[in-house]
Amino acid sequence: MNNIQQNSERDGSFQLRGNNFTLMVLKLIDPGDPGFLPNLVNKIRQAPNFFRQAPVVLDLDDLVGDIAGLDFGRLVTSLREVNLFAVGILGGTAALQEQALRAGLTVLPAGRGGRVDSDHRSSPPAAGTGGATGVSGNAGGGDAGGDLPARAAMVIAEPVRSGRQVYAAKGDLIVLGPVSAGAELLADGHIHVYGALRGRALAGVAGDKTARIFCQSLEAELVSIAGLYRVSEDLDKSLLKKHVQIYLDSGYLRINALS
Amino acid sequence: MAKIIVMTSGKGGVGKTTSSAAFGTGLALRGFKTIVIDFDVGLRNLDLIMGCERRVVFDFINVINGEANLNQALIKDKRVDNLYILPTSQTRDKDALTKAGVEKVLDELRRDFDYIICDSPAGIEKGALMALYFADCAIVVTNPEVSSVRDSDRILGVLASRSRRAELSLDPVEEHLLLTRYDPDRVEKGEMLRVDDVLDILAIPLLGVIPESQAVLRASNVGMPVVLDEKSNAGQAYLDAVARFLGEPVEHRFVKPEKKGILQRWLGRTA
Ligand SMILES: Nc1ncnc2c1ncn2[C@@H]1O[C@H](COP(=O)(O)OP(=O)(O)OP(=O)(O)O)[C@@H](O)[C@H]1O
Ligand SMILES: [Mg+2]
Repeated sequence: MNNIQQNSERDGSFQLRGNNFTLMVLKLIDPGDPGFLPNLVNKIRQAPNFFRQAPVVLDLDDLVGDIAGLDFGRLVTSLREVNLFAVGILGGTAALQEQALRAGLTVLPAGRGGRVDSDHRSSPPAAGTGGATGVSGNAGGGDAGGDLPARAAMVIAEPVRSGRQVYAAKGDLIVLGPVSAGAELLADGHIHVYGALRGRALAGVAGDKTARIFCQSLEAELVSIAGLYRVSEDLDKSLLKKHVQIYLDSGYLRINALS
Repeated sequence: MAKIIVMTSGKGGVGKTTSSAAFGTGLALRGFKTIVIDFDVGLRNLDLIMGCERRVVFDFINVINGEANLNQALIKDKRVDNLYILPTSQTRDKDALTKAGVEKVLDELRRDFDYIICDSPAGIEKGALMALYFADCAIVVTNPEVSSVRDSDRILGVLASRSRRAELSLDPVEEHLLLTRYDPDRVEKGEMLRVDDVLDILAIPLLGVIPESQAVLRASNVGMPVVLDEKSNAGQAYLDAVARFLGEPVEHRFVKPEKKGILQRWLGRTA
Protein backbone atom coordinates (compact mmCIF):
# COMPACT_ATOMS: atom_id res chain seq x y z
CA MET A 1 0.00 0.00 0.00
CA ASN A 2 1.01 3.56 -0.46
CA ASN A 3 0.03 6.82 1.01
CA ILE A 4 -0.59 9.87 -1.05
CA GLN A 5 -0.10 13.12 0.72
CA GLN A 6 -0.85 16.56 -0.50
CA ASN A 7 -0.62 19.96 1.04
CA SER A 8 -3.49 22.28 1.73
CA GLU A 9 -4.47 25.31 -0.35
CA ARG A 10 -7.55 27.51 -0.28
CA ASP A 11 -9.39 29.63 -2.77
CA GLY A 12 -12.89 31.11 -2.98
CA SER A 13 -14.51 28.58 -5.26
CA PHE A 14 -12.77 25.52 -3.97
CA GLN A 15 -10.75 24.11 -1.23
CA LEU A 16 -7.70 22.03 -1.83
CA ARG A 17 -6.87 19.79 1.04
CA GLY A 18 -4.22 17.25 1.78
CA ASN A 19 -5.46 13.82 2.70
CA ASN A 20 -4.11 10.34 3.16
CA PHE A 21 -5.42 7.41 1.24
CA THR A 22 -4.29 3.91 1.47
CA LEU A 23 -4.00 2.43 -1.95
CA MET A 24 -3.40 -1.06 -3.03
CA VAL A 25 -0.45 -1.63 -5.27
CA LEU A 26 -0.69 -4.20 -8.02
CA LYS A 27 2.78 -5.30 -8.92
CA LEU A 28 2.75 -6.18 -12.59
CA ILE A 29 5.11 -8.93 -13.51
CA ASP A 30 3.75 -10.36 -16.72
CA PRO A 31 0.32 -8.91 -17.52
CA GLY A 32 0.53 -10.49 -20.98
CA ASP A 33 0.49 -13.93 -19.41
CA PRO A 34 -2.82 -15.68 -20.19
CA GLY A 35 -3.13 -16.59 -16.49
CA PHE A 36 -2.88 -12.98 -15.36
CA LEU A 37 -6.57 -12.06 -15.21
CA PRO A 38 -7.94 -15.46 -14.10
CA ASN A 39 -5.42 -15.59 -11.26
CA LEU A 40 -6.20 -12.05 -10.24
CA VAL A 41 -9.91 -12.81 -10.25
CA ASN A 42 -9.21 -15.79 -8.03
CA LYS A 43 -7.27 -13.70 -5.57
CA ILE A 44 -10.02 -11.11 -5.45
CA ARG A 45 -12.64 -13.74 -4.91
CA GLN A 46 -11.00 -14.63 -1.61
CA ALA A 47 -11.91 -11.24 -0.21
CA PRO A 48 -14.44 -9.66 -2.51
CA ASN A 49 -15.40 -6.90 -0.10
CA PHE A 50 -11.86 -5.92 0.50
CA PHE A 51 -11.25 -5.43 -3.20
CA ARG A 52 -14.58 -3.98 -4.26
CA GLN A 53 -13.94 -0.99 -6.53
CA ALA A 54 -10.56 -0.62 -4.96
CA PRO A 55 -8.29 2.03 -6.40
CA VAL A 56 -4.99 0.47 -7.33
CA VAL A 57 -1.59 1.72 -8.31
CA LEU A 58 0.28 -0.31 -10.90
CA ASP A 59 3.86 -1.02 -9.96
CA LEU A 60 5.94 -1.41 -13.11
CA ASP A 61 9.33 -2.09 -11.62
CA ASP A 62 9.27 -5.84 -11.92
CA LEU A 63 7.77 -6.11 -15.37
CA VAL A 64 9.04 -8.90 -17.51
CA GLY A 65 7.72 -10.18 -20.80
CA ASP A 66 6.52 -7.96 -23.60
CA ILE A 67 7.07 -4.57 -22.02
CA ALA A 68 6.96 -2.49 -25.18
CA GLY A 69 3.64 -4.02 -26.14
CA LEU A 70 1.96 -3.13 -22.86
CA ASP A 71 -1.37 -1.50 -23.64
CA PHE A 72 -2.42 0.54 -20.62
CA GLY A 73 -5.83 1.38 -22.06
CA ARG A 74 -6.73 -2.28 -22.38
CA LEU A 75 -5.22 -3.16 -19.04
CA VAL A 76 -7.24 -0.45 -17.28
CA THR A 77 -10.42 -1.71 -18.95
CA SER A 78 -9.83 -5.32 -17.98
CA LEU A 79 -9.00 -4.34 -14.41
CA ARG A 80 -12.20 -2.36 -14.24
CA GLU A 81 -14.09 -5.45 -15.32
CA VAL A 82 -12.84 -7.19 -12.21
CA ASN A 83 -13.70 -4.15 -10.10
CA LEU A 84 -10.22 -2.71 -9.66
CA PHE A 85 -9.76 0.94 -10.57
CA ALA A 86 -6.27 1.77 -11.76
CA VAL A 87 -5.42 5.32 -10.78
CA GLY A 88 -1.72 5.59 -11.36
CA ILE A 89 1.59 3.92 -11.82
CA LEU A 90 4.78 3.56 -9.85
CA GLY A 91 8.19 3.20 -11.43
CA GLY A 92 8.78 1.94 -14.94
CA THR A 93 10.82 3.38 -17.78
CA ALA A 94 10.29 6.92 -19.03
CA ALA A 95 8.65 5.53 -22.16
CA LEU A 96 6.21 3.48 -20.10
CA GLN A 97 5.40 6.45 -17.90
CA GLU A 98 4.68 8.48 -21.01
CA GLN A 99 2.29 5.81 -22.26
CA ALA A 100 0.60 5.56 -18.89
CA LEU A 101 0.03 9.32 -18.79
CA ARG A 102 -1.55 9.16 -22.21
CA ALA A 103 -3.89 6.43 -20.95
CA GLY A 104 -5.06 8.72 -18.17
CA LEU A 105 -2.97 7.28 -15.35
CA THR A 106 -0.94 9.48 -13.09
CA VAL A 107 2.69 8.80 -12.28
CA LEU A 108 3.20 8.59 -8.54
CA PRO A 109 6.52 9.53 -7.03
CA ALA A 110 8.23 6.32 -6.08
CA GLY A 111 10.60 7.65 -3.47
CA ARG A 112 8.38 8.44 -0.53
CA GLY A 113 5.73 5.83 -0.31
CA GLY A 114 6.86 2.45 0.82
CA ARG A 115 6.76 -0.22 -1.79
CA VAL A 116 4.10 -2.80 -1.45
CA ASP A 117 5.20 -6.26 -1.02
CA SER A 118 2.11 -8.29 -0.61
CA ASP A 119 3.68 -11.62 -0.08
CA HIS A 120 6.87 -10.76 1.58
CA ARG A 121 7.42 -11.96 5.09
CA SER A 122 10.04 -11.31 7.62
CA SER A 123 10.59 -11.70 11.28
CA PRO A 124 11.76 -9.06 13.65
CA PRO A 125 14.99 -9.89 15.40
CA ALA A 126 13.83 -10.63 18.89
CA ALA A 127 10.14 -10.22 19.44
CA GLY A 128 8.87 -13.77 19.92
CA THR A 129 7.98 -15.06 23.28
CA GLY A 130 8.87 -11.89 25.07
CA GLY A 131 5.82 -10.46 23.39
CA ALA A 132 4.48 -7.25 24.68
CA THR A 133 7.04 -6.69 27.37
CA GLY A 134 9.82 -7.07 24.86
CA VAL A 135 8.66 -4.09 22.88
CA SER A 136 7.24 -1.85 25.53
CA GLY A 137 10.52 -0.12 26.03
CA ASN A 138 10.27 1.46 22.61
CA ALA A 139 7.06 3.25 23.37
CA GLY A 140 6.83 6.99 23.42
CA GLY A 141 8.62 7.73 20.18
CA GLY A 142 7.43 10.90 18.52
CA ASP A 143 4.60 9.89 16.27
CA ALA A 144 1.18 11.17 15.40
CA GLY A 145 2.83 14.38 14.27
CA GLY A 146 2.05 16.08 10.99
CA ASP A 147 4.61 13.99 9.24
CA LEU A 148 3.27 10.48 9.55
CA PRO A 149 5.64 7.83 8.37
CA ALA A 150 4.68 6.38 5.05
CA ARG A 151 3.27 2.93 5.57
CA ALA A 152 3.66 -0.06 3.43
CA ALA A 153 1.19 -2.81 4.21
CA MET A 154 1.77 -6.49 4.12
CA VAL A 155 -1.13 -8.67 3.01
CA ILE A 156 -1.30 -12.30 4.07
CA ALA A 157 -3.91 -14.20 2.12
CA GLU A 158 -3.73 -17.54 3.88
CA PRO A 159 -4.45 -18.55 7.50
CA VAL A 160 -1.66 -17.73 9.95
CA ARG A 161 -0.99 -21.01 11.72
CA SER A 162 0.19 -21.77 15.22
CA GLY A 163 3.93 -21.29 15.60
CA ARG A 164 4.19 -18.71 12.84
CA GLN A 165 5.23 -15.16 13.43
CA VAL A 166 4.54 -12.42 10.93
CA TYR A 167 6.02 -8.96 11.24
CA ALA A 168 5.07 -6.01 9.08
CA ALA A 169 7.96 -3.61 9.53
CA LYS A 170 7.17 0.08 9.05
CA GLY A 171 3.62 -0.60 8.05
CA ASP A 172 0.26 -2.27 8.43
CA LEU A 173 -0.45 -5.94 8.49
CA ILE A 174 -3.59 -7.25 6.83
CA VAL A 175 -4.55 -10.87 7.28
CA LEU A 176 -7.41 -12.16 5.15
CA GLY A 177 -7.92 -15.43 7.05
CA PRO A 178 -7.92 -16.66 10.63
CA VAL A 179 -4.99 -16.31 13.00
CA SER A 180 -4.51 -19.42 15.11
CA ALA A 181 -3.77 -19.69 18.79
CA GLY A 182 -0.02 -19.87 19.07
CA ALA A 183 0.56 -17.56 16.10
CA GLU A 184 1.87 -14.02 16.49
CA LEU A 185 1.24 -10.92 14.44
CA LEU A 186 3.42 -7.84 14.82
CA ALA A 187 3.23 -4.57 12.96
CA ASP A 188 4.71 -1.14 13.29
CA GLY A 189 1.35 0.08 12.01
CA HIS A 190 -2.20 -1.24 12.29
CA ILE A 191 -3.26 -4.85 12.24
CA HIS A 192 -6.40 -5.97 10.42
CA VAL A 193 -7.63 -9.51 10.67
CA TYR A 194 -10.51 -10.50 8.40
CA GLY A 195 -11.08 -13.71 10.29
CA ALA A 196 -10.94 -14.91 13.88
CA LEU A 197 -8.00 -13.59 15.87
CA ARG A 198 -7.02 -16.42 18.21
CA GLY A 199 -3.31 -15.80 18.56
CA ARG A 200 -1.39 -12.71 19.63
CA ALA A 201 -1.54 -9.38 17.88
CA LEU A 202 0.86 -6.56 18.67
CA ALA A 203 0.35 -3.32 16.75
CA GLY A 204 2.56 -0.25 16.94
CA VAL A 205 5.49 -2.34 18.13
CA ALA A 206 7.93 0.45 17.28
CA GLY A 207 6.03 2.76 19.57
CA ASP A 208 3.25 4.19 17.42
CA LYS A 209 0.47 4.86 19.91
CA THR A 210 -2.02 5.62 17.15
CA ALA A 211 -1.81 2.09 15.81
CA ARG A 212 -4.96 -0.02 16.09
CA ILE A 213 -6.02 -3.60 15.82
CA PHE A 214 -9.19 -4.60 13.99
CA CYS A 215 -10.54 -8.11 13.91
CA GLN A 216 -13.69 -9.99 12.91
CA SER A 217 -13.81 -12.19 15.97
CA LEU A 218 -11.88 -11.42 19.13
CA GLU A 219 -10.56 -14.65 20.65
CA ALA A 220 -7.01 -13.46 21.09
CA GLU A 221 -4.42 -14.77 23.52
CA LEU A 222 -2.92 -11.32 23.81
CA VAL A 223 -3.43 -7.93 22.20
CA SER A 224 -1.05 -5.02 22.47
CA ILE A 225 -0.75 -1.48 21.19
CA ALA A 226 2.62 0.25 21.52
CA GLY A 227 3.58 -2.08 24.35
CA LEU A 228 0.41 -1.80 26.41
CA TYR A 229 -1.13 -5.21 26.42
CA ARG A 230 -3.98 -7.29 27.68
CA VAL A 231 -4.08 -11.07 27.90
CA SER A 232 -7.07 -13.22 27.11
CA GLU A 233 -7.92 -13.72 30.78
CA ASP A 234 -8.42 -9.99 31.18
CA LEU A 235 -10.55 -9.47 28.10
CA ASP A 236 -14.12 -8.40 28.72
CA LYS A 237 -16.15 -11.57 28.16
CA SER A 238 -18.95 -9.67 26.45
CA LEU A 239 -16.53 -8.78 23.66
CA LEU A 240 -15.45 -12.32 22.97
CA LYS A 241 -16.04 -13.46 19.40
CA LYS A 242 -17.13 -9.93 18.53
CA HIS A 243 -15.98 -7.72 15.71
CA VAL A 244 -13.84 -5.16 17.54
CA GLN A 245 -11.25 -2.46 17.29
CA ILE A 246 -8.50 -2.03 19.84
CA TYR A 247 -6.72 1.26 20.36
CA LEU A 248 -5.06 3.50 22.90
CA ASP A 249 -7.06 6.27 24.44
CA SER A 250 -5.13 8.57 26.78
CA GLY A 251 -2.86 5.81 27.87
CA TYR A 252 -5.54 3.12 28.24
CA LEU A 253 -6.06 0.16 26.02
CA ARG A 254 -9.65 0.26 24.78
CA ILE A 255 -11.59 -2.45 23.06
CA ASN A 256 -14.78 -1.46 21.30
CA ALA A 257 -17.29 -3.60 19.50
CA LEU A 258 -17.83 -2.55 15.91
CA SER A 259 -21.31 -3.32 14.76
CA MET B 1 3.61 -40.30 -11.80
CA ALA B 2 2.57 -41.04 -8.28
CA LYS B 3 0.93 -38.57 -5.98
CA ILE B 4 2.77 -38.33 -2.67
CA ILE B 5 0.51 -38.18 0.38
CA VAL B 6 1.81 -37.51 3.86
CA MET B 7 -0.18 -38.73 6.85
CA THR B 8 0.81 -36.22 9.49
CA SER B 9 -0.40 -34.74 12.78
CA GLY B 10 2.23 -33.14 14.96
CA LYS B 11 0.84 -34.89 18.01
CA GLY B 12 1.65 -38.52 18.67
CA GLY B 13 -0.74 -41.42 18.98
CA VAL B 14 -3.64 -39.85 17.11
CA GLY B 15 -3.95 -42.56 14.48
CA LYS B 16 -1.50 -41.76 11.66
CA THR B 17 -0.25 -45.31 11.24
CA THR B 18 -3.73 -46.77 11.54
CA SER B 19 -4.90 -44.27 8.93
CA SER B 20 -1.92 -44.85 6.61
CA ALA B 21 -2.63 -48.57 6.60
CA ALA B 22 -6.38 -48.12 6.18
CA PHE B 23 -6.16 -45.42 3.55
CA GLY B 24 -3.43 -47.18 1.59
CA THR B 25 -5.42 -50.38 1.59
CA GLY B 26 -8.54 -48.48 0.55
CA LEU B 27 -6.75 -46.93 -2.43
CA ALA B 28 -5.34 -50.31 -3.45
CA LEU B 29 -8.81 -51.86 -3.21
CA ARG B 30 -9.90 -49.21 -5.72
CA GLY B 31 -7.27 -50.50 -8.11
CA PHE B 32 -4.54 -47.93 -7.54
CA LYS B 33 -1.02 -49.19 -7.14
CA THR B 34 -0.18 -47.92 -3.70
CA ILE B 35 2.78 -48.03 -1.39
CA VAL B 36 2.87 -47.09 2.27
CA ILE B 37 6.25 -45.99 3.64
CA ASP B 38 7.09 -45.98 7.32
CA PHE B 39 9.00 -42.78 8.18
CA ASP B 40 8.97 -43.50 11.90
CA VAL B 41 12.58 -44.65 12.05
CA GLY B 42 13.35 -46.47 15.28
CA LEU B 43 9.69 -47.01 16.16
CA ARG B 44 8.82 -49.30 13.34
CA ASN B 45 5.18 -50.34 13.54
CA LEU B 46 3.50 -49.92 10.18
CA ASP B 47 4.57 -53.46 9.30
CA LEU B 48 2.93 -54.72 12.50
CA ILE B 49 -0.35 -52.99 11.76
CA MET B 50 -0.25 -54.31 8.22
CA GLY B 51 0.66 -57.80 9.36
CA CYS B 52 3.90 -58.21 7.44
CA GLU B 53 6.46 -57.85 10.25
CA ARG B 54 7.77 -61.35 9.78
CA ARG B 55 8.62 -60.70 6.16
CA VAL B 56 10.90 -57.72 6.72
CA VAL B 57 14.46 -58.31 5.52
CA PHE B 58 15.64 -54.98 4.22
CA ASP B 59 14.15 -51.60 5.01
CA PHE B 60 13.82 -47.98 3.86
CA ILE B 61 17.11 -46.98 5.49
CA ASN B 62 18.97 -49.85 3.81
CA VAL B 63 17.70 -48.54 0.49
CA ILE B 64 18.68 -44.96 1.30
CA ASN B 65 22.16 -46.14 2.23
CA GLY B 66 22.47 -48.24 -0.90
CA GLU B 67 22.71 -51.46 1.12
CA ALA B 68 19.74 -52.93 -0.70
CA ASN B 69 17.69 -52.02 -3.73
CA LEU B 70 14.02 -51.14 -3.64
CA ASN B 71 12.80 -54.45 -4.95
CA GLN B 72 14.52 -56.22 -2.10
CA ALA B 73 12.91 -53.99 0.50
CA LEU B 74 9.37 -53.66 -0.87
CA ILE B 75 6.86 -56.03 0.68
CA LYS B 76 3.81 -56.95 -1.36
CA ASP B 77 0.64 -57.33 0.67
CA LYS B 78 -0.77 -60.87 0.60
CA ARG B 79 -4.42 -59.91 0.85
CA VAL B 80 -4.77 -56.91 -1.43
CA ASP B 81 -3.39 -56.59 -4.94
CA ASN B 82 -1.59 -53.37 -5.77
CA LEU B 83 -0.64 -52.79 -2.14
CA TYR B 84 2.99 -52.54 -1.02
CA ILE B 85 4.79 -51.63 2.18
CA LEU B 86 8.22 -50.14 2.66
CA PRO B 87 9.06 -50.80 6.31
CA THR B 88 11.56 -48.77 8.26
CA SER B 89 14.48 -49.63 10.46
CA GLN B 90 13.99 -50.46 14.10
CA THR B 91 17.64 -49.96 15.02
CA ARG B 92 18.51 -46.63 13.42
CA ASP B 93 17.33 -43.14 14.23
CA LYS B 94 15.83 -40.25 12.31
CA ASP B 95 19.23 -38.92 11.29
CA ALA B 96 19.45 -41.81 8.89
CA LEU B 97 16.86 -39.97 6.79
CA THR B 98 18.52 -37.52 4.42
CA LYS B 99 16.71 -35.30 1.97
CA ALA B 100 18.76 -36.60 -0.93
CA GLY B 101 18.25 -40.21 0.15
CA VAL B 102 14.50 -39.84 0.58
CA GLU B 103 14.23 -38.02 -2.72
CA LYS B 104 16.08 -40.78 -4.54
CA VAL B 105 13.75 -43.45 -3.18
CA LEU B 106 10.60 -41.42 -3.87
CA ASP B 107 11.72 -40.62 -7.41
CA GLU B 108 12.18 -44.27 -8.11
CA LEU B 109 8.79 -45.18 -6.62
CA ARG B 110 7.00 -42.34 -8.37
CA ARG B 111 7.54 -43.98 -11.71
CA ASP B 112 5.46 -47.07 -11.08
CA PHE B 113 3.05 -46.26 -8.31
CA ASP B 114 -0.16 -44.25 -8.33
CA TYR B 115 -0.01 -43.26 -4.68
CA ILE B 116 2.82 -43.07 -2.18
CA ILE B 117 1.68 -42.69 1.42
CA CYS B 118 4.26 -41.44 3.89
CA ASP B 119 3.40 -42.43 7.46
CA SER B 120 4.95 -39.60 9.46
CA PRO B 121 6.33 -39.87 12.96
CA ALA B 122 4.94 -37.48 15.59
CA GLY B 123 6.56 -34.13 16.28
CA ILE B 124 7.82 -31.42 13.97
CA GLU B 125 11.44 -32.50 13.93
CA LYS B 126 13.60 -34.20 11.37
CA GLY B 127 11.53 -37.36 10.81
CA ALA B 128 8.25 -35.48 10.40
CA LEU B 129 9.89 -32.87 8.18
CA MET B 130 11.33 -35.56 5.95
CA ALA B 131 7.95 -37.28 5.69
CA LEU B 132 6.18 -34.11 4.62
CA TYR B 133 8.90 -32.43 2.57
CA PHE B 134 8.10 -34.04 -0.78
CA ALA B 135 4.33 -34.25 -0.29
CA ASP B 136 1.83 -33.19 -2.93
CA CYS B 137 -0.97 -33.70 -0.51
CA ALA B 138 -1.29 -33.86 3.27
CA ILE B 139 -3.85 -35.75 5.27
CA VAL B 140 -3.80 -34.13 8.68
CA VAL B 141 -4.87 -36.64 11.29
CA THR B 142 -6.50 -34.97 14.26
CA ASN B 143 -8.34 -36.12 17.36
CA PRO B 144 -11.22 -33.99 18.65
CA GLU B 145 -9.27 -32.44 21.49
CA VAL B 146 -7.58 -29.10 21.93
CA SER B 147 -3.94 -30.17 21.98
CA SER B 148 -4.27 -32.34 18.91
CA VAL B 149 -5.98 -29.52 17.03
CA ARG B 150 -3.27 -27.10 18.05
CA ASP B 151 -0.55 -29.44 16.82
CA SER B 152 -2.37 -30.01 13.54
CA ASP B 153 -2.56 -26.29 13.07
CA ARG B 154 1.15 -26.10 13.68
CA ILE B 155 1.89 -28.81 11.16
CA LEU B 156 -0.27 -27.01 8.58
CA GLY B 157 1.96 -24.01 9.10
CA VAL B 158 5.03 -26.17 8.57
CA LEU B 159 3.52 -27.59 5.37
CA ALA B 160 2.91 -24.08 4.11
CA SER B 161 6.43 -22.90 4.84
CA ARG B 162 8.87 -25.78 4.84
CA SER B 163 7.67 -28.31 2.32
CA ARG B 164 9.38 -28.60 -1.04
CA ARG B 165 6.34 -27.07 -2.70
CA ALA B 166 6.56 -24.08 -0.39
CA GLU B 167 10.30 -23.67 -0.80
CA LEU B 168 10.07 -23.76 -4.58
CA SER B 169 6.91 -21.60 -4.63
CA LEU B 170 4.97 -24.31 -6.45
CA ASP B 171 1.26 -24.90 -5.93
CA PRO B 172 0.75 -25.39 -2.20
CA VAL B 173 0.45 -28.82 -0.65
CA GLU B 174 -3.19 -29.98 -0.84
CA GLU B 175 -4.66 -30.18 2.68
CA HIS B 176 -7.25 -32.61 4.04
CA LEU B 177 -8.52 -33.15 7.54
CA LEU B 178 -9.11 -36.63 8.87
CA LEU B 179 -10.76 -36.44 12.26
CA THR B 180 -10.14 -39.74 14.03
CA ARG B 181 -11.22 -41.37 17.29
CA TYR B 182 -14.39 -39.34 17.16
CA ASP B 183 -16.78 -40.37 19.86
CA PRO B 184 -20.20 -38.76 19.24
CA ASP B 185 -21.42 -39.66 22.73
CA ARG B 186 -18.52 -37.89 24.38
CA VAL B 187 -18.85 -34.97 21.98
CA GLU B 188 -22.50 -34.69 22.98
CA LYS B 189 -21.49 -34.56 26.63
CA GLY B 190 -19.04 -31.77 25.86
CA GLU B 191 -16.00 -33.91 26.65
CA MET B 192 -14.64 -33.63 23.12
CA LEU B 193 -14.62 -30.98 20.43
CA ARG B 194 -17.31 -31.09 17.79
CA VAL B 195 -16.51 -31.52 14.11
CA ASP B 196 -17.51 -27.90 13.49
CA ASP B 197 -15.25 -26.57 16.23
CA VAL B 198 -12.29 -28.33 14.71
CA LEU B 199 -13.13 -27.15 11.20
CA ASP B 200 -13.56 -23.64 12.46
CA ILE B 201 -10.03 -23.59 13.83
CA LEU B 202 -8.20 -25.51 11.14
CA ALA B 203 -10.13 -24.13 8.17
CA ILE B 204 -9.29 -26.96 5.78
CA PRO B 205 -11.62 -29.39 3.98
CA LEU B 206 -12.91 -32.40 5.89
CA LEU B 207 -11.96 -35.70 4.31
CA GLY B 208 -13.57 -37.91 6.89
CA VAL B 209 -14.58 -38.55 10.47
CA ILE B 210 -13.43 -41.90 11.82
CA PRO B 211 -15.35 -43.02 14.89
CA GLU B 212 -13.66 -44.35 18.00
CA SER B 213 -14.01 -48.08 17.55
CA GLN B 214 -12.96 -51.32 19.18
CA ALA B 215 -12.54 -52.68 15.68
CA VAL B 216 -9.35 -50.65 15.25
CA LEU B 217 -7.63 -52.34 18.14
CA ARG B 218 -8.92 -55.74 17.11
CA ALA B 219 -7.68 -55.21 13.57
CA SER B 220 -4.25 -54.00 14.61
CA ASN B 221 -3.83 -56.93 16.98
CA VAL B 222 -4.19 -59.32 14.09
CA GLY B 223 -2.20 -57.15 11.68
CA MET B 224 -5.08 -56.30 9.43
CA PRO B 225 -5.89 -52.81 8.12
CA VAL B 226 -9.29 -51.94 9.57
CA VAL B 227 -10.87 -51.34 6.15
CA LEU B 228 -10.74 -55.09 5.62
CA ASP B 229 -13.21 -55.41 8.50
CA GLU B 230 -16.07 -54.24 6.33
CA LYS B 231 -18.64 -54.47 9.07
CA SER B 232 -16.88 -52.03 11.36
CA ASN B 233 -17.87 -48.37 11.46
CA ALA B 234 -14.24 -47.35 11.36
CA GLY B 235 -13.54 -49.48 8.30
CA GLN B 236 -16.53 -48.02 6.48
CA ALA B 237 -15.57 -44.51 7.50
CA TYR B 238 -12.10 -44.98 6.03
CA LEU B 239 -13.56 -46.33 2.78
CA ASP B 240 -15.84 -43.29 2.63
CA ALA B 241 -12.83 -41.05 3.11
CA VAL B 242 -11.01 -42.79 0.27
CA ALA B 243 -14.05 -42.27 -1.97
CA ARG B 244 -14.12 -38.56 -1.10
CA PHE B 245 -10.42 -38.34 -1.76
CA LEU B 246 -11.11 -39.71 -5.23
CA GLY B 247 -13.66 -36.98 -5.75
CA GLU B 248 -16.87 -38.88 -5.05
CA PRO B 249 -19.48 -37.00 -3.04
CA VAL B 250 -20.16 -39.13 0.01
CA GLU B 251 -22.09 -37.87 2.98
CA HIS B 252 -20.40 -37.89 6.36
CA ARG B 253 -21.56 -40.67 8.68
CA PHE B 254 -20.78 -41.56 12.29
CA VAL B 255 -20.84 -37.97 13.51
CA LYS B 256 -24.02 -38.25 15.56
CA PRO B 257 -24.60 -40.58 18.50
CA GLU B 258 -26.04 -43.88 17.38
CA LYS B 259 -29.54 -44.68 18.43
CA LYS B 260 -28.95 -47.93 20.21
CA GLY B 261 -31.42 -50.76 20.09
CA ILE B 262 -32.50 -52.30 23.38
CA LEU B 263 -30.42 -55.37 22.81
CA GLN B 264 -27.32 -53.35 22.03
CA ARG B 265 -27.84 -51.22 25.09
CA TRP B 266 -28.04 -54.33 27.24
CA LEU B 267 -24.93 -55.74 25.72
CA GLY B 268 -23.20 -52.36 25.93
CA ARG B 269 -21.75 -52.79 22.49
CA THR B 270 -20.20 -49.79 20.83
CA ALA B 271 -18.30 -51.05 17.86
N1 LIG C 1 -10.61 -44.92 15.40
C1 LIG C 1 -9.97 -45.47 16.45
N2 LIG C 1 -10.65 -46.06 17.45
C2 LIG C 1 -10.02 -46.60 18.50
N3 LIG C 1 -8.70 -46.63 18.66
C3 LIG C 1 -7.94 -46.06 17.69
C4 LIG C 1 -8.52 -45.45 16.54
N4 LIG C 1 -7.52 -44.96 15.76
C5 LIG C 1 -6.37 -45.27 16.39
N5 LIG C 1 -6.61 -45.93 17.54
C6 LIG C 1 -5.62 -46.43 18.49
O1 LIG C 1 -4.78 -45.34 18.88
C7 LIG C 1 -3.46 -45.79 19.10
C8 LIG C 1 -2.49 -44.96 18.27
O2 LIG C 1 -2.74 -45.19 16.90
P1 LIG C 1 -1.60 -45.09 15.81
O3 LIG C 1 -0.44 -45.92 16.17
O4 LIG C 1 -2.23 -45.28 14.48
O5 LIG C 1 -1.23 -43.55 16.02
P2 LIG C 1 0.01 -42.75 15.43
O6 LIG C 1 -0.47 -41.37 15.20
O7 LIG C 1 0.60 -43.46 14.27
O8 LIG C 1 1.03 -42.78 16.64
P3 LIG C 1 2.57 -42.31 16.63
O9 LIG C 1 2.54 -40.82 16.72
O10 LIG C 1 3.14 -42.95 17.84
O11 LIG C 1 3.16 -42.80 15.35
C9 LIG C 1 -3.43 -47.24 18.72
O12 LIG C 1 -3.53 -48.00 19.90
C10 LIG C 1 -4.68 -47.43 17.88
O13 LIG C 1 -5.19 -48.73 17.98
MG1 LIG D 1 2.64 -44.09 13.90
